[in-house]
Amino acid sequence: MDDHSDLFRKSQEFLQMINQQKDFIQDVLKENERLRYQIANLQGQPSSDPLVAQELALLKKKVEQLEAQKTEIERRYQNVEAENKDFAQRYVEIEEQNNNLANLYVASYQLHSTLDFQEVLHIVMEIIINLIGAEIFSIMLLDEKTNDLGVLAHEGYDENFKFPRVHIGDGVIGSVVKTGESYYINQAGSGYKVDFLHPMACIPLKIKENVIGVINIHKLLVQKDAFTAVDYELFSLLAAHAATAIFSSRLYSQSERKLTTIQGFLDLLTTSGQRG
Amino acid sequence: MDSLRFLIVEDSPTMRQLISFSLKRFKGCKIVEAVDGVDALKKLQTEEVDMILTDINMPVMDGLKLVTLVKQNPKLRELPIVIITTEGAQEDRDRGLALGADAYISKPIQSSHLLKVITDLFEKKRS
Repeated sequence: MDDHSDLFRKSQEFLQMINQQKDFIQDVLKENERLRYQIANLQGQPSSDPLVAQELALLKKKVEQLEAQKTEIERRYQNVEAENKDFAQRYVEIEEQNNNLANLYVASYQLHSTLDFQEVLHIVMEIIINLIGAEIFSIMLLDEKTNDLGVLAHEGYDENFKFPRVHIGDGVIGSVVKTGESYYINQAGSGYKVDFLHPMACIPLKIKENVIGVINIHKLLVQKDAFTAVDYELFSLLAAHAATAIFSSRLYSQSERKLTTIQGFLDLLTTSGQRG
Repeated sequence: MDSLRFLIVEDSPTMRQLISFSLKRFKGCKIVEAVDGVDALKKLQTEEVDMILTDINMPVMDGLKLVTLVKQNPKLRELPIVIITTEGAQEDRDRGLALGADAYISKPIQSSHLLKVITDLFEKKRS
């Protein structure tokens, strides 16, 4: 943040410098004009006076010097202007990078903020809605027993929508699971009807090389035309971090359940032992 | 623009964190968080703020109801309100502004845009 304000301050200083140089150039040009006028007058009145001729020569020399100064200042002015434009452009780029990093930081922070499975799912959905700007999307997990994918969570589909199960290798979604590579197309046009098997984006949820599920995006919010650079970064983050968060929270929930069962069993044994 | 106090009304912890992150550009600013409209009204009874940033879709009390109630309250009506929402259609924007919101931002937010809107609103208020 300090770098930004420093950059901004520097660009302000450059602007101020440019304005000062502009004023100086104007003064030089006025002086130049005045001298030209004088020369013209003197040339119009030929004089045999050696003093006047000497004065004329001096003035000519002065004009040449001023012309050279003017050229140099103009060159410097152009350099400063180019540098200023460069600073402004860099400022915008850094702002954008900052925004992207904030998005990634927050998404990553939130994904690992809990071990509650439902809460993790909710956070993944929040990220897809609020940070990516998706209106219709679903999260599918791979069932290792049946080797197909089922919908775990979804948003924006019609109430009566029947979510199909997808086999590995089938269509866009199945191919993404098979290859582990994300799939994207640009925003669908108006009047788009959800074709579940052909999402506009399908992101594999991967733990190392193992795909445990996918995120399908079928439609973006009305105010969002297409994916942006930060979306692709978020997809990469989701592919790895969401997968880990979902997987670990699911394991944690399962182990919690098992622990409760074992605890109940132990309690039962203890109570029976005491009675016996 | 130092020591500003903001009330963020948002049910999503992700968005609350992201907005807070952006607002930290205002050095020394204080951030109060509320999870819905009712929570926001409670916080407004005990906390003094300079601006409200609210989502629309929230449980218990939505952002539009909150805007209406704040603008009806003589003690609070001067507070600038920025709506930050996924509802990006023009009619939603018009409705939010007609209820008295001072600015309307569609999600996903760009930090620089949010900061510009806030700065403009404070400058407008000062002048």
